[in-house]
Amino acid sequence: MSERLRGKYCIAGIGESELGHLDRQTTISLNLIASKRALDDAGISAKEVDGIIAMSSSRGGASLLSLRLGELLGMTPLSFILDLDLEGATAAAMVQHAVMALEAGMCRAVLCVLGGTGKTSQEEEEFYAPYGMFDITARYAIAAMRHMHRYGTTSRQLGLIAVAERAHARLNPIATMKEPMTIDEHQGSPWAVEPLHMLDCPVQSDGAGAYVVVPKARAKDLKHSPAFIMGMGQSHPHREILDSASLTASGAKVSGEMAFRMAGLSLPDVDVAELSDPVTYAVLVQLEDYGFCKKGEAGAFLETEGIELNKAKIPVNTHGGLLSCANVPGILHITEAVKQLRNGCGQRQVPEAEVALVSGSGGVMSTHVTLVLGK
Amino acid sequence: MTKVPQRPLPSPTPESQPFWDGCKNHQLLIQKCKDCGDLRFPPRLLCPSCSSLETEWVPSSGKGEIWSHAIFHKVYHPAFERNIPYVVAVVELEEGVRMVTNIVGCASDEVKIGMPVEVFFDDTAPEVTIPRFKPSKAEESQVRTDEDQGPLPQR
Repeated sequence: MSERLRGKYCIAGIGESELGHLDRQTTISLNLIASKRALDDAGISAKEVDGIIAMSSSRGGASLLSLRLGELLGMTPLSFILDLDLEGATAAAMVQHAVMALEAGMCRAVLCVLGGTGKTSQEEEEFYAPYGMFDITARYAIAAMRHMHRYGTTSRQLGLIAVAERAHARLNPIATMKEPMTIDEHQGSPWAVEPLHMLDCPVQSDGAGAYVVVPKARAKDLKHSPAFIMGMGQSHPHREILDSASLTASGAKVSGEMAFRMAGLSLPDVDVAELSDPVTYAVLVQLEDYGFCKKGEAGAFLETEGIELNKAKIPVNTHGGLLSCANVPGILHITEAVKQLRNGCGQRQVPEAEVALVSGSGGVMSTHVTLVLGK
Repeated sequence: MTKVPQRPLPSPTPESQPFWDGCKNHQLLIQKCKDCGDLRFPPRLLCPSCSSLETEWVPSSGKGEIWSHAIFHKVYHPAFERNIPYVVAVVELEEGVRMVTNIVGCASDEVKIGMPVEVFFDDTAPEVTIPRFKPSKAEESQVRTDEDQGPLPQR
């Protein structure tokens, strides 16, 4: 790494759990004990830590282990999380990733933790499954019901998102869902989990996307004009819905503020937005959190200005999104934003698109990343 | 008769064992931090407020209200097929913690956010009792059996 980083960062505290055959322990509990001891050893409070790196394949670990550990340690919202796996080199590589995050100003302190028991975390089986609560859609359904209750949002308003994305997909040669969709068809589609219809959710889809990042200096003689990374931000408010303060807001607000501040831009500068859409409801919440409209008013916003090409001030998910282009988590939102900035979208091109807002989210509005890309 | 598949049952961890022991005794216990007094659910090792490892268990009134809910019309697990449609809710207890549970004793379309509910203990299997909730004003006789809406136990 660069010499200018020599001696700039340090390891402030260390911790170890009990070792050996620990029948009564779980991966989560051992990671927590080691983490608590490291924080105590450093004399740093958990609240001061806003970054965490865990090993993604920790034996008995769960998806988004880093965020769950941070949540259980009381660190949420976190601004940097990483589930890393380089097998035996993971623990050493964590130091480098921690330094990269600190140097980039993503966070102020990073906890790195690794280990496990081989026993899986039982929380899902213990506190959700016995009640017949399966599938991530159910968690989104609970979130959407809360929004409907608090703000009077309707299923029909959510449907306007699905309908707009389908209209966009019909203009996208690579999209997989091209049958026209009306709002009545949305309303008539079976429940996935009430209050979400099947047409609020993406269908399974195979596919992949990729992108290459280089320094600006290398961008002089590329085949296409590059999309510059103007702003970035992350905010991760919770892992589990029972630990979330609110399911009517997401990490889009905080991560959006970070990204726009870095870019020196604000929402009115944005020409096109590609927003994470694991279900329609996730888009609705982001419209509020990014400031397309006020909190609680996205339903009415969808009925008036909306998100559709040639109608909306800022068209959203011009490729069709996960819902109608293809359910390949997040990457096609980025490739579409770059195409829009290259003026390469044909019939669905947003005229003179110079700034694109892109988001990614995971869990149930658990992880959130905002990117601002520019010409 | 075709065999109904087994419902998923909890396997307690060291942190959650007292909760499930409480349920068996028809008592809803909540984990409390001995140092700062914060209550938390589901049970866990550390207090997220003050990082303390010291915990105790306090009884809940078993009363609360529906914070949000969703209705299952589609079968995601064969053991729940005969309960369709059933309600999975997040209930906020009077003490402030929230838990995922079922609402039984009323039709699924009668369930509303803010509705007062109270716990009852469902002795699902010899080794485990699961806390579920019913509308507070419901008389015992109005609680439906497993032929109806709610996912009551299969005996």
